Amino acid sequence: MRVSLKWLREYVDITVPSGELAERLTLAGLAVEGVERPGEGIEKVYTGKILSMEPHPGADKLFICRVTTGEGEDLQIVTGAANVSPGHVVPVALEGARLAGGMVIKKARLRGVESRGMLCSGQELGLDTGFMPPDQAHGVMILDRELPLGMDVKELLGLDDTILDLELTPNRGDCLSMVGVAREVAALLGQRVRMPKTRVAGTGPGPGEVARVDIDAPDLCGRYVVRLFRNIRVGPSPRWMQERLRAAGVRPISNIVDITNYVMMELGQPLHAFDYDTLREGRIIVRRALKDEKLVSLDGNERRLGEEMLVIADPSGAVAVAGVMGGLATEVTGGTTSVLLESAHFNPVSIRRTSRALGLRSESSSRFEKGVDITGCLRAADRAARLLLDLGAGEVAPGVVDNYPGQAPPRTIILRPGRIEHLLGVAIPRHEAAGILDGLEFQPKVVGDDLLVTVPGHRVDVSLEEDLVEEVARVYGYNRIPYTLPSGVSTRGARTPRQSLEASVKDCLVALGLYELVTFSFTAPSSLDRAGVPQDSPLRNAIRLQNPLSEEQSVMRTMLLPGLLEVLARNGSRRVTDLAVFELGKVFLPSSSDPLPAEKTVLAAAATGGAPASWNRPKQYYDFYYFKGMAETLFGRVGLAGYSLERETGNNLFHPGKAARYSIAGRPLGVVGELHPDVLENYRLPPVVVAMEIDFEMLADLAGQTGKYRPLPKFPGIERDLAVIVRQGVAARDIVRVISKFGGGMLREVSLFDVYRGKQVKEGCQSMAFTLKFQAGDRTLTDQEVNGFLAAVAGALSREFGAELRN
Amino acid sequence: MEQLEHNLQSIQARALEEIEGADSLESLNELRVRYLGKKGELTAVLRSMGALGRDERPRVGQVANSVRKEIEGRISLRLSLIKDKLKRETLAGESLDITLPGTAFNLGRLHPLTVVTRQIEGIFLGMGFSIAEGPEVELDYYNFEALNLPKDHPARDMQDTFFITSETLLRTHTSPVQVRTMERTAPALPVRVIAPGKVYRRDDDATHSPMFHQVEGLAIDRRIALSDLRGVLQVFAEQMFGPETRTRFRPSYFPFTEPSAEVDISCAMCGGKGCRICSHTGWLEILGCGMVHPRVLEMSGYNSGEVSGFAFGMGVERIAILKYGIDDMRLLFDNDMRFLSQF
Repeated sequence: MRVSLKWLREYVDITVPSGELAERLTLAGLAVEGVERPGEGIEKVYTGKILSMEPHPGADKLFICRVTTGEGEDLQIVTGAANVSPGHVVPVALEGARLAGGMVIKKARLRGVESRGMLCSGQELGLDTGFMPPDQAHGVMILDRELPLGMDVKELLGLDDTILDLELTPNRGDCLSMVGVAREVAALLGQRVRMPKTRVAGTGPGPGEVARVDIDAPDLCGRYVVRLFRNIRVGPSPRWMQERLRAAGVRPISNIVDITNYVMMELGQPLHAFDYDTLREGRIIVRRALKDEKLVSLDGNERRLGEEMLVIADPSGAVAVAGVMGGLATEVTGGTTSVLLESAHFNPVSIRRTSRALGLRSESSSRFEKGVDITGCLRAADRAARLLLDLGAGEVAPGVVDNYPGQAPPRTIILRPGRIEHLLGVAIPRHEAAGILDGLEFQPKVVGDDLLVTVPGHRVDVSLEEDLVEEVARVYGYNRIPYTLPSGVSTRGARTPRQSLEASVKDCLVALGLYELVTFSFTAPSSLDRAGVPQDSPLRNAIRLQNPLSEEQSVMRTMLLPGLLEVLARNGSRRVTDLAVFELGKVFLPSSSDPLPAEKTVLAAAATGGAPASWNRPKQYYDFYYFKGMAETLFGRVGLAGYSLERETGNNLFHPGKAARYSIAGRPLGVVGELHPDVLENYRLPPVVVAMEIDFEMLADLAGQTGKYRPLPKFPGIERDLAVIVRQGVAARDIVRVISKFGGGMLREVSLFDVYRGKQVKEGCQSMAFTLKFQAGDRTLTDQEVNGFLAAVAGALSREFGAELRN
Repeated sequence: MEQLEHNLQSIQARALEEIEGADSLESLNELRVRYLGKKGELTAVLRSMGALGRDERPRVGQVANSVRKEIEGRISLRLSLIKDKLKRETLAGESLDITLPGTAFNLGRLHPLTVVTRQIEGIFLGMGFSIAEGPEVELDYYNFEALNLPKDHPARDMQDTFFITSETLLRTHTSPVQVRTMERTAPALPVRVIAPGKVYRRDDDATHSPMFHQVEGLAIDRRIALSDLRGVLQVFAEQMFGPETRTRFRPSYFPFTEPSAEVDISCAMCGGKGCRICSHTGWLEILGCGMVHPRVLEMSGYNSGEVSGFAFGMGVERIAILKYGIDDMRLLFDNDMRFLSQF
């Protein structure tokens, strides 16, 4: 809502500077988003008349004008404007003048001809040229020929104004009007509002004699007031009215339309003017639209209406979509002689639905859907009649037709001072609260200890005691309320074990060198194609948005990895080729029994390239074993034990030979592996990318509690290395299993430290070297004992795998 | 006998002089052998003591011992000096180019939104709030209706919504967690939770992302007042943005709170004097809040005549942007390593 202070002063005295007013309105809940001073900086621009115009001898497109501003000698000014001619009154910038944007006018020579000033366009004066006729929008602004010469154009064009740009909250529809804003200003500054004049004297037969209003849908139309104007002379509205409409952001059209818009801007009541003679039988019927009823609206489009929409009709059919837009057939035109003016109240929800369904939003519909003062219909109709007379645009028929099925007594609310203190934490005395409410045009009456408050018709947003508390608080000043902390039973703030686990998993992965990502939860359906997910996979069953911003963000993700791979690819295209990332986030899996999907937290990680190398340390490349080690480090960190590992097969995302699945007691926990070359190609990723996706829900279920302390060993252990040569294809895990089985009760630990294939071993074989750690709880082991264990292990390995000891 | 004593003295004088001149471990060792060894000069002198009389022997023996001690002492002193010198020379030769880079370690990083969220959580955990969570795909009921936003309420326009069906949607704010928490807890008191999480709105430009994060806060008890909300948020602002930070409450409108407010903090860039970041107002808007609307309390099972509560909701991105001076919100979701490595 744009508020011209010049206009606002008509209704209320503004006793503080505009900056302070803006601040006080903001702190009372009417946020001032901007303060515009359109004429700021413009100086020495006056009305002047073009006396003569001659072509410039040295330039095709220039003219030499002789111009007078009414005093002093005539001025010679060179202009390029083709839209002016002698006799026109135009804005003239004199030598030393300043224009919008800071341009300063100096005496100049243009192609050898002296020019002592400039003829100005609207743009050069900071005007919004969107409201001007096209020829003037691009050329010099042509003013009223009757204007006195030498007049300061800032005053003339209303550029000496200040415009407040109010960002109103949806509950304050009442402030979508000058009088509404004036009420707030008055309450804040201790002033009273001056209501605009509405008294009119009518002539001829009243509207009751020539028009009839029937409200067939009183649930959707609570009031319908009609006034009748005759002997209309349609033409432009006066400059002052046009200026004000422009300042409010409304395009002037004609005196009749401008009056309806002016009253809407002034009082907040949308009005509609029908050409009376186009209404059959002078009848207005307010009813729901018929099935498939059609109407050509003012903008020339044919609208198909629905049975829930409210229309204004005459006996021949719909003539307007109530409160949203008028119809073309009954529009006021240059030939209109009688006008039937509508000032009505429509159901906000109905207007909102209709305007949404038709995709039509207007100044009118946006006011009706927020709620308009039903008690103000008559005043608005009278105000329009008064303006019509004041403008000399026609005659007013006496009286109104006022059909008012929605009439109700004013709302009253009890306000208890104790409730104010309870909600605000500060005691505001009853008389002070009453004073504030009175200033806002509520009517507070003392009843016992409390106030019985009558709500004014324009405050449709106030219906509860709490609403009144807010009214009192915002004028009292939110910032005068003290700072306290909640008293009463104290509570202990703590993370749940699950929340702590999430944090420690993230910290663990960060310590392992991974960067955390946050990617969008929605994705493209095709992202699963790129990730090689089969068409019949349950992961294809994704939640789809009805109204996505794009196909790329149209389904809720069922896996995290595709998003991570996109990040890898995007960084790769920016030449970042070494990176390791993870995300802990939700996937959304539709449920057959619940309207809401299952939201499962998944941990995904992916990496390409390697950990940074130093000049003194070789680069460590990210591969299957890197991620396997990382996954198991993480499992160890969160106390997850008893998992098993199998080769991952039939998963097109991963390389068939370089992927493994973890599971616990048969439940799959997650997959670690290098990606399938096809997937790498789809994402244009480098030749080796390793990834994992872990079911975090399961990890959280099975993660261990803090373990019990185990006493430290009292006797030293003995470590022995054992290298065996086996056929390639014998799995390390199987060898470890045999070692563990035959190593005896003192074997504490088996770890593989080397794998070798090459010249030193037979073709088709490999050497695997293990460190075995033996330890007894009650004594120091002897070499002989350990040698015995080793011999047993070697024998078993030889039997099971044909393994040879390597020296 | 005198001759013998004289010999001893002259051995000592010579030995000491030569020890003084020795400058390596080898030469010093040589001197030790020459003077003190089994075939050394001193030994030779002592052997010749057999020719002396009984009464003379102790005296000469005494002199010889003192000479030996003197020489031994000087040798060991000289030895430690030479060792010292050698150690210094060795160390001098081992000097590194300390300007070569250190070994590269690979520490990952948390996303800045996680960093900020944890900081927010930490502040409220310290004030006795626990952390609640709720679904991101939500029922219209929890996202709107139970928050006093019936269908066709104009305020639904404030939040452009992604719909899944007519009854399910992507939550547009974390406020549904308020409702779920109250439903679960009512009529027990007190309630004190925050609810961080992802939210979604149909908006995409430099200052809006279709997915972003909020932290909701809710406190319900017998006597919760707007002044408590002011106090809690003032503590939050000071801890989050520094002890000099001031807060300002502006009346606003949310269907689920009454009275409602928006909260500004004094601009951290200019300290409230006015600068480009704060559009020359000195204030930065950081959150919306208010007293829980009585209808919301009632719908969730609390008696609004007996209990009251406050609620607030803040945008995590907004706070991250203010804290780190980020100029485009989309950077937070682009996951560019060159960006992420800065936090």
